[in-house]
Amino acid sequence: MDTMSQILKLLEKTDSIEINEFRMDVDELELTIMPTLQNVVQKVVEKQIEAKKEFESQIEFKYPVKDYAGKVNEVKLGGKNRKTVKLGGQTSLYRFEEPQPNAPTVTFDVFDIPMNGLPRPIKENFEDVMHSPGEWAEKAVKEFGADMITLHLIGTDPKVKDKSLKDAAKDLEEVLQAVKVPLVIGGSGNPKKDPLVLEMAAEVADGERCLLASANLDLDYQKIAQAAVKHDHAVLSWAISDVNMQKVLNKALMKEGLTHNDIVMDPTTCALGYGIEFSIDVMTRTRLSALKGEEILQMPMSSGTTNAWGSREAWMKKDEWGPTKYRGPIWEVVTGLTMMLCGVDIFMMLHPLSVKTLKEIGTTLTYEYKSKESRDISDWINKF
Amino acid sequence: MKVTAMDIYKLLPKTNCGKCGEASCMAFAAKLSQKEAELSSCPQLKGADFEKLTNVLAPAVKEIKIGTGDKAVTIGGDEVLYRYELTYYNQTALAVDLSDDMDDSAFDQKLAEIKNLEFERTGEILKLDAVALRNKSGDAEKFKKAAEKLKDAEIPVILCSFDSNAMEAALDVLGPKRPLIYAATENNIDEMANLALKHNCPVALFVPNDLEKMKQISRKLRESGVKDIVLDPGTYIGEAIGDTMDNFIMIRRLAVEGKDEDFRFPILAVPAVCWINPKEDEILTKMKEATTAAALMNRYADVMILHGVDIWEMMPVLTLRQSLYTDPRKPQSVESKIYEFGTVDENSPVIMTTNFALTYYTVAGDLKSGKVNCYLLVLDTTGKAVDVAVAGGQFNGKAAAELIKDTGVEKLVNHRKLIIPGLAASVSGEIEDESGWEVIVGTRDSSEIPAFLAKIW
Repeated sequence: MDTMSQILKLLEKTDSIEINEFRMDVDELELTIMPTLQNVVQKVVEKQIEAKKEFESQIEFKYPVKDYAGKVNEVKLGGKNRKTVKLGGQTSLYRFEEPQPNAPTVTFDVFDIPMNGLPRPIKENFEDVMHSPGEWAEKAVKEFGADMITLHLIGTDPKVKDKSLKDAAKDLEEVLQAVKVPLVIGGSGNPKKDPLVLEMAAEVADGERCLLASANLDLDYQKIAQAAVKHDHAVLSWAISDVNMQKVLNKALMKEGLTHNDIVMDPTTCALGYGIEFSIDVMTRTRLSALKGEEILQMPMSSGTTNAWGSREAWMKKDEWGPTKYRGPIWEVVTGLTMMLCGVDIFMMLHPLSVKTLKEIGTTLTYEYKSKESRDISDWINKF
Repeated sequence: MKVTAMDIYKLLPKTNCGKCGEASCMAFAAKLSQKEAELSSCPQLKGADFEKLTNVLAPAVKEIKIGTGDKAVTIGGDEVLYRYELTYYNQTALAVDLSDDMDDSAFDQKLAEIKNLEFERTGEILKLDAVALRNKSGDAEKFKKAAEKLKDAEIPVILCSFDSNAMEAALDVLGPKRPLIYAATENNIDEMANLALKHNCPVALFVPNDLEKMKQISRKLRESGVKDIVLDPGTYIGEAIGDTMDNFIMIRRLAVEGKDEDFRFPILAVPAVCWINPKEDEILTKMKEATTAAALMNRYADVMILHGVDIWEMMPVLTLRQSLYTDPRKPQSVESKIYEFGTVDENSPVIMTTNFALTYYTVAGDLKSGKVNCYLLVLDTTGKAVDVAVAGGQFNGKAAAELIKDTGVEKLVNHRKLIIPGLAASVSGEIEDESGWEVIVGTRDSSEIPAFLAKIW
C-alpha cells in the first residue's frame, strides 16, 4: 500500500484530522487533491452539514404535542328531574395538548343503613343524618357541594339486613326526592341479589340516567344491562385490574344493547400503599389504548377512592403516626389524585376536605395552558 | 425510547467469550438492556467502541449524584414515560428545608427531625434523603455560618440562593460534599456555572414557566462545560398547578421521546412554595404541601424541596414513592409455604393469608408486634391481595386444601381449625368442604389478630 492509501485507510474511521506543531516555509504552494481524498472531504462536509441541521433543529423549541387517533366517549348522567353531569370526552392525554372538556366529577357515598363502622373523621360530618339516606344525601349536596350522590344499598345484603326490594325502593325514592344531582346506585356486593336490586332501581329511577353499579362477569350482568337499556341508565363495568377482562365485559354489555355512551369502566382502585401501582399501570394503559383508537376501551373511568379508608395508615390509632383526623383525608386525596392523573373521570369519595382538594386540582385540567394568573415565585427562597 | 438488546448486540464484539459471566454476547446484551449488567464486564470492548455503546446505553434522563460517600443520593436515570413500560429508576429524593436565619437550637432540632423521620412499611424503612439550606437572610456570611452547621451532618445538601456571592461563601465550606447548587437563573448563569465547575457540583437551573427560555439557558450551561444539571421550571400551585404539571410532562417527554439534549435532566419541584401564603391554617397548608408533592411525584419530579416535617404529612408522600418505584418486572410475592411465628407447638393456631408481598409483610409485622405464636399458611394467589384473590378466584377451597396437604401442617398440630382473613369469608364453606377442616372467619385487618386470638384461642 502506498503512503496515501495508508493515510486514507486511517482516515476512513475519522471525521477530521488535526496536525500539531506543523510548519511549512514556501514561496508558492500548489495542492493537488486526489479523487479519493476529494471523496473523503466531500463526506466530511456532508456530515458537517447534517450535524449542523441536527444542531439547529435542537436549538428550536417545539411543544411536544401529539395527535391522537382516538378519543374518550362522553357519558351523560342525570336528566329528567335533575342536573346533568358529563364524564369523559377527552381528545388528548394532557391538558397542554387540549384541555379536557369536562372536569373530573366527585360523587359522595351515602348508605341505606347508619354506618357506625365509618371512620371518625367522616362520621363527625354526617352523624346527624345517618338515619336517613335522603337527609344524608341532602347534606352532602348542600353543605359539601357534591356533584353527585352514590347510594349504596348495603342493607339489601342477606348477611347485613336482608332489606327487601320494596324497602330498597323506598330508600332510593327518598334520595331521588331529596337531591337534584345525578345518582350512582350501588348494590351490596352480593352477586345473587345485586342484579335484582339494580333491576328494581332502574325501574324506580326510570329516565333519570343513573349509573348502575356495578356489572361484572361473576353475576347476572345481562339482567342489569337489560334493565339499564329499558329505563335509560348507564352501567358501571367493573373488572379487576385486568385490561383483557375489561374488554370482554364491555363487549358483553354492548351485546345486551348498551352503547358506548352508556358505559363507565371501573378498573379497580387499589389504595395508596396497597397496590396503587397496579391501578396506575392499568388505568394508564387503558387510557392510552383509548386514545390510540381502541374503541372497546374508550369509556370514561371511575375510581372507588373510598378504598383508601381501609388502609391502616388512614384509620389506625397510633401515636407515632400523628392524628388520624388528618391521616384519613390525606390518604383518600392522594389515592384519588393519583388516579386522576392516570385519566380517571369520576371518583367515589367520603370526606369533604378530600373532595374539595381533589376538585380544586381536577378543575384545572379544563383550563388552557398558562391561562391562569400565577403567583410570582421568582424569589421563593426568602418568602416564608 | 428504550434501546433494545439487538441494538446493543450489534455493538458488542460478538465473540461469546463468556468473560462477562454470560453465555453469549446476546445474553449479555439482553442483561445490559435491562440494566442488569455493567458494560465494564466486557474485557474486549475498548476505546471508541466502548464510548459509543456507553452513549447508547445512557439513560434518557441523566443520573446525578448529590452528596458524597454512602450517604449520597442519586436522582434521574429514567428511561420511559410510563412505569409499566419498564420501571422507574432512582426514587424521588425528598429534601426538607432549613433556613439560615434559624437560631442554633431550632436549626439543630429540625435537622434532627429530618434525619430521624422514618416510617416502616412492608419490611422497608422509608426516610427523607436531604436538607435544603435556604439563604433566607440574603446575607452571605449568615449563609456560610449555617453551612458550617451542616459540615458534619452526613446528609446530602441543596444550597438555595440566587446570590452567587452567598453561594460561593457556602461552597467554601460545603463544596467538597458535592451539594446541589440551587440555582442558576438567566441573571446569574455565568457565576453559578463557574462555581459548579470549580467545585464539581451539580447545579439546578431555575427558569419559571418558560420552557423555551429554559432550553436556551440549559444549552448555555452545557456549553460552558457543566454536565450535571437539574431542571426547575417552577412550582405553581392553586389554579396554576396545571401549568406546573404540564411543564414537568413536557420536559420529560422531550427527554424520553425527543432525545432533546437540553432537557435530558432530572426535574426539581418545590412543594414548599405552599408556605408562601401565611394567611392559611397550618394544617391545611401541610395538607396542600403533601398533595402538591404527590401530584408532582406522579408527574416525574426527581427531587423535591418541602418545608413540613410532620410524620402524618410525610407518610402518604413516602408511601406513594415506595409504590411508584417498585419494579413491575419483579413479582410482588413471597414464597407460598408454611411460616412459623413465635414458639409453636401442636396446639398453635393455624392462620391463612395470601402470598402478595404487601399482604404477607403486613400480616407478619402484626403477628410479630403482637407476639403471636402461630403457623401461617401462605397461599399462592399469584401475588394478589386477599379481596382481589377472592374476587379473582385464586383464593378458593381447592387451593387452600392443597396447601394444607402440601405443607404437612396436619402432622404439626393436633387440631383441625383454620383461621382465614375476614375478607375471605365468602369462601369459608368451600374450604371446609375441600379440606375437611373447620374454618374460622378471622378479622378484616390483621392488626386485630392478637386480640382476636386472645378471645377465641
